This record gives sequence, structure tokens and C-alpha cells, in this order.
Amino acid sequence: MRALVVDDSAVIRTVLTRILTGLGFEVIQAVNGKDALAKLQNVERPDIALVDWNMPEMNGYDFIRSVRAEQRWRDMPLMMVTTETEMEQVVRALAAGANEYLMKPFTPEMVQQKLAILGLAQS
Amino acid sequence: MALHPDDFRYICEFIREAAAIVLEPGKEYLVDTRLSPVATQCGLGDIAGVVRELRRSRHSPVAQKVVDALTTNETSFFRDLAPYQHLRQRVIPALMEARKNERTLDIWCGAASSGQEPFSMLMMMREDFPQLASWKVRFIATDISQVMLARCREGVYSQLEVNRGLPAPLLVKYFKKQGIDWQIDESLRKSVEWREFNLVGHAWSTLPSMDLIMLRNVMIYFDVPTKRGILANIRRVLRPDGYLFLGTAETTINVDESFQSEQVQSSCYRVKAA
Ligand SMILES: C[S@@+](CC[C@H](N)C(=O)[O-])C[C@H]1O[C@@H](n2cnc3c(N)ncnc32)[C@H](O)[C@@H]1O
Repeated sequence: MRALVVDDSAVIRTVLTRILTGLGFEVIQAVNGKDALAKLQNVERPDIALVDWNMPEMNGYDFIRSVRAEQRWRDMPLMMVTTETEMEQVVRALAAGANEYLMKPFTPEMVQQKLAILGLAQS
Repeated sequence: MALHPDDFRYICEFIREAAAIVLEPGKEYLVDTRLSPVATQCGLGDIAGVVRELRRSRHSPVAQKVVDALTTNETSFFRDLAPYQHLRQRVIPALMEARKNERTLDIWCGAASSGQEPFSMLMMMREDFPQLASWKVRFIATDISQVMLARCREGVYSQLEVNRGLPAPLLVKYFKKQGIDWQIDESLRKSVEWREFNLVGHAWSTLPSMDLIMLRNVMIYFDVPTKRGILANIRRVLRPDGYLFLGTAETTINVDESFQSEQVQSSCYRVKAA
């Protein structure tokens, strides 16, 4: 299985990559929404994308909307991973097409549980 | 101050009698870290003071605080997933078929902890079995810890707790943000009868007959004779066609052979036909 990790923080990218690799994923990294869209063009559709909200150039919210607007990525599972923790933002992210929402800070166990909900990991 | 071996022994005896919880030698650190705050809070100075108070009375508020402090309340929403999948796919549909004339269901969570398990079940039932809204569903959730029951009644969860296993669409649908915490819908909180209940106590006859019993991740703290006693009581409370769920690492095998495994992955059991 393959995961796309989109976050402008190198630390978070590294942490998520380590967790996902441990769960058997091959990981592609991108540093913002624009970079992620470009990378998606060149690879086979990943099984999931984990997306930060606040990033320069293109934020995670706009990235999710762009992904959902494209037929071939319409059913790609998307998970927001963000420091945004207000109800309004969770609602907006889901309405834009996110399937799951994980609030920072997170533990490896939390990532795994969210992936399990999406049928992408053992619980 | 170091925990005196006599005090440790006394605490082990007390918690075994009060809650059947077995503390092995080597758990001194646990008693120390969990009871030191109780000693301070109750103005008893140190654990020796707590022990003196317990010797004076085993039914004082201090005794209740000691029980609260020594129980392990680890839990999460939709813990292990598999039991919830099995409930959704098989158990609830089978029970609804079996009770379609009476249109009643009796459900009991016997180790509710901070409420994530009963609330996960209620959310799942609302989402996947909306027909149950017109049924008489009696949902009882119990725990030995008053602190945990107070948390259940409040239904307030931290960000870390809602991050663990709760699907985001359910967070949005059933919770409200309260400061930095999240509170679950009042209608869910009110649809449960929250009760204090000691699994090794004498109140079993106050429980109605049940169609479904969740007794997950609590008997792991008990010795085999205690487990046997509880399972014998369960057999009396559970209707012959009912279901029992234990924790994923728990089993009735070699403890009580009158149960048979219904589904291994979710630790679901039924009483063998006589
Ligand atoms: C680890 S939690 C399990 C919570 C939930 N069932 C789950 O599986 O996530 C165990 C709970 O059992 C309760 N407990 C311990 N001894 C008990 C007893 N003798 N009678 C009733 N409840 C007890 C504790 O207070 C604690 O909340």
C-alpha cells in the first residue's frame, strides 16, 4: 500500500513516514498542496493521503478540494492531520471531501486507529 | 517516603476484597504513584495514613477513593473495532429478528470506565439501526468507580480521547466543542442508566435479564475463581439466546465451559444449548 504525506514540516513528514512505514506503507512526501498535486500526476493513485491544513503555496483544504474535483482521485481516501481543532474546521474539511480528521498532537496508535476505521490497517 | 511492605500487603488485601483486583508483588510502584495523591488530597499525609484510615473503616469516602485510584480505566472509542463490526453485521440484526414481536432490547456494559464503550455502541446503533428508535431499548452501563460514572454522565472528552478511534463524521454529528474539550450529545447521555455496580458484589439480582452483555477488559484483573463466579452470574442474567463480549485477549475457555465462542476475533460468546 502507498501513502502520500503532505506537510510543510519536515519533522511531521518524518514522524508520519516512520509510522506509516511501520504499518507496511510505502510513503511519498510532499511539502504543500501544490507540490502534492504535482507528485500525484506522476504516480499511481496512493491508497491514502494524510494532509496538513496550514501550508504555504497551497493549503490542505484547497488541496482536498482540488483532489475531489478530479474524477480519477474522487474516491482516494483523505485524512486531514492538523493543529486546527475547532468544530467548524472539522465540518469544513469533511464537507470538502476529507474522510477522516486527526488533530495534532497525535500518537502512532492514533494514526493506526484512524487508518483502521478506513479499512487500511489492523485495529 | 518508601512504601512499607506491611502497608503494601494491606492495600493488596483491601483492593482484592473490595474489587477483586489482584496486585502482584512488584506493583509497589503502582500503589505508590496512585495512592500518594489520595493521601495528600485527603489530608492523610502518606500511604501509611491511608492504611490507618482503611483499618478504621473500609466504607469511608477514603476507601472509595482508594478503589477509584487503583482501578485501571484505559479505554477508547470503538476499541479494537472487531467487536463493533460483529455487533453491526451479526449480533444486533440477529437480536432484532429474535425480538421483533416484543420490540425490546436489554443491553448492559459492565465495565463502562469513562463511557467510550457504551457511547460507541449507542452511536453505532443510531447510525446503522435507526429502526431501533421506535423500540424499547434499555441500556444499562455500570462501573465500580464513582469517578468514572461521573465522567460518563458528563460525557466530556479531551482532544486526545476523541483522537483515539472516534470516526470524524461521528465527532461532528454527536459532539459539541466545549472550551478545549468535546461533549457528547445529551440525548445519548440520557439514554443510558448509569449505575455503580461491583462485579464481585451482591447486587446481581438487581439486574434485569439481558440480551447483550459487554464485559470487556475487566476480568483480566481478576483471578480464575473470581472469573468463574462472575461468569456464573452472567449465565443467570444473560437470556439463553443472548450474547456476551469479552476483551479481545480474554476468553471463557478453561474458565467456564458452559460458554462457547461465537466469533473468535471479536471475543463474542454464547451459552451452549443445554
Ligand atoms: C480497562 S477498563 C475497561 C473499559 C471498557 N470496557 C473497554 O474495554 O475499553 C476496566 C474498568 O473496570 C472497572 N472495574 C474494575 N474492577 C471492577 C469491579 N470489581 N466491578 C466493576 N467494575 C470494575 C474499572 O473501574 C475500569 O473502569
